[in-house]
Amino acid sequence: MSVLAIVSIKNGAPTKSGLEAASYAANYAASQGMTASALVAGEISGDGGLGATGIAKVLHCTEPVTDSGQWAKLTEAAAVQLNASAIVASHDHFGRAVAPRVAVRLKAGLVAGVTELPSNDLVRKNVFSGKAVADVAVSTAIAVYTVTPNAFGVKDAPGQATVEPFSADLGIAREKVTGFDSASADGQVPLPEAELVVSAGRGLKGPENWGIVEDLASALGATTACSRPVSDIGWRPHHEHVGQTGITIRPNLYIAAGISGAIQHLAGVNQSKTIVVINTDPEAPFFKAADYGIVGDAFEILPKLTAAAKELKA
Amino acid sequence: MKILVCISQAPDTTSRIAFTEGDKAFDSSGVQYIVNPYDEWYALVRAIELKEQQGGTVTTITIGEAACDPIIRKALAIGADDAIRVNAAPEDSMQVAQLIAEQAQAGAFDAILCGKETIDHNGSVVPAMVAELLDLPFVALATSLEVENGIAKMTREVGGGEESVEVALPFVASASKGMAEQRIPNMRGIMSARSKPLNVVEASADAPTSVSKFTLPPEKGACKMIDADRPEELIRLLREEAKAI
Ligand SMILES: Cc1cc2nc3c(=O)[nH]c(=O)nc-3n(C[C@H](O)[C@H](O)[C@H](O)COP(=O)(O)OP(=O)(O)OC[C@H]3O[C@@H](n4cnc5c(N)ncnc54)[C@H](O)[C@@H]3O)c2cc1C
Ligand SMILES: Nc1ncnc2c1ncn2[C@@H]1O[C@H](COP(=O)(O)O)[C@@H](O)[C@H]1O
Repeated sequence: MSVLAIVSIKNGAPTKSGLEAASYAANYAASQGMTASALVAGEISGDGGLGATGIAKVLHCTEPVTDSGQWAKLTEAAAVQLNASAIVASHDHFGRAVAPRVAVRLKAGLVAGVTELPSNDLVRKNVFSGKAVADVAVSTAIAVYTVTPNAFGVKDAPGQATVEPFSADLGIAREKVTGFDSASADGQVPLPEAELVVSAGRGLKGPENWGIVEDLASALGATTACSRPVSDIGWRPHHEHVGQTGITIRPNLYIAAGISGAIQHLAGVNQSKTIVVINTDPEAPFFKAADYGIVGDAFEILPKLTAAAKELKA
Repeated sequence: MKILVCISQAPDTTSRIAFTEGDKAFDSSGVQYIVNPYDEWYALVRAIELKEQQGGTVTTITIGEAACDPIIRKALAIGADDAIRVNAAPEDSMQVAQLIAEQAQAGAFDAILCGKETIDHNGSVVPAMVAELLDLPFVALATSLEVENGIAKMTREVGGGEESVEVALPFVASASKGMAEQRIPNMRGIMSARSKPLNVVEASADAPTSVSKFTLPPEKGACKMIDADRPEELIRLLREEAKAI
């Protein structure tokens, strides 16, 4: 038996969350005395860095596959060939479309958004928007897991994976991709993958004031985000909206300026490892969820933080 | 177009989260339930808009017990034509997907719209399972949807941007922010919802996963306050203490 990670490729290399899924698969396999393989489709060079996550073998389908139904068929064929007892994918746009299809095809139970390796036949995931965790049991012979981005990370394992060509009968592609519109500002890591995030809310008073937010983000190499009202009124683009009804993120550092910390906002950011809150109101609820706080005016504090961050990097 | 919208109930976003039955079940006492926001604001409203543009019907489906009826009536008040409730307690996404797929097959729908995820289970898996069970194309995290000449054109969230995708009808999609704007039901909608059909179906399916225990996350330690006159102290702590930068 073995563990199979399915990994999506972007610009010739595995995505960050794909590498995390591979690392999760490798560590889970090691804990069970099994080996882990990874399935990729599209162009990669060498083993795509998957060996360095602990993957022993890469099954490489040279044709790019964008159709979720075809990806599921490819995965099923690989799982059968490898006699896989667990399939691991990233809990991002790729894993959310493909993993559930794989679970149906393999009659496997699926646990979505896991944050830790299974132990004693239970696997942990976040529920209620990060306000609780659940330990879940899977009763089927094969289990499918999707791994929350930035939760498990990539554990380095020195090594090179063997690469084998792989193909299967995929039928026709029914989901036709016709275009791509890049959302992130030049050089910014996409929000769901970002490890550093600088976010601001209605306290910033207007879109013309976002320069001080962007300055701090660029000094830190962070990605910008915002609260919902800010994107609703059009001060900032929709894809920056984090929270219950926007994107859920889990960065190493989340800096929130001029955001009150409503429960629906917290739902999207409360799993961040370190939270910094800057707010003029010492009673702002966000301070209760923060690791560091500054009671003060964002218009004064942010530029000072930018200067200090630049000095540190220099 | 005949559209099926999958509607789930979710605890109001401000609910206190607590557990009972030896931490195996959510404690619903005193909890106000709402329509899962992604299902209501984005999937349902877009389905109704498409019906208003092009004619057709909007049916909702909910897997859940009678306690779900108020949120189903709300969906009818917003503008759905009729509703199906499969009378089973949802335990697992595969079980829910199977029950939805059975009804969807019987109804021969042109489009099946879901929300991106339920805010209690945070699975984001039921929609793709429904698609696979029905052997249909699937678009996850769709932010817009237009239908023309039997082709659905969508944009969807992918890492770092939005992709445009096309699929032929019938299809399944999960709706994310951007697809539509929230609608507040008006008085006429609320009145007419009372007489719209809500068909209750008895069915069951196996659940391959189960929650063995819920736990609340550990309380955050106290927030360390930093003097507003010395913000550079924060940068130092972030580097040396939190090791975040
Ligand atoms: C079902 C539902 C879902 C929702 N989903 C989301 C979601 O996904 N994401 C989300 O963010 N919200 C969501 N909301 C809205 C949420 O309840 C709050 O209304 C929202 O988060 C408030 O945004 P804010 O903090 O930017 O603005 P406000 O609440 O207006 O807070 C502004 C803050 O800025 C501070 N401030 C003012 N001036 C300054 C200054 N000069 N310097 C520093 N601080 C200053 C103020 O003290 C205040 O705390 C949702 C609501 C509902 C009902
Ligand atoms: N019990 C249910 N009844 C009807 N639809 C559901 C149910 N559970 C989930 N769904 C649909 O599937 C979507 C994703 O749910 P989940 O996979 O649980 O996050 C939801 O937004 C709903 O559209």
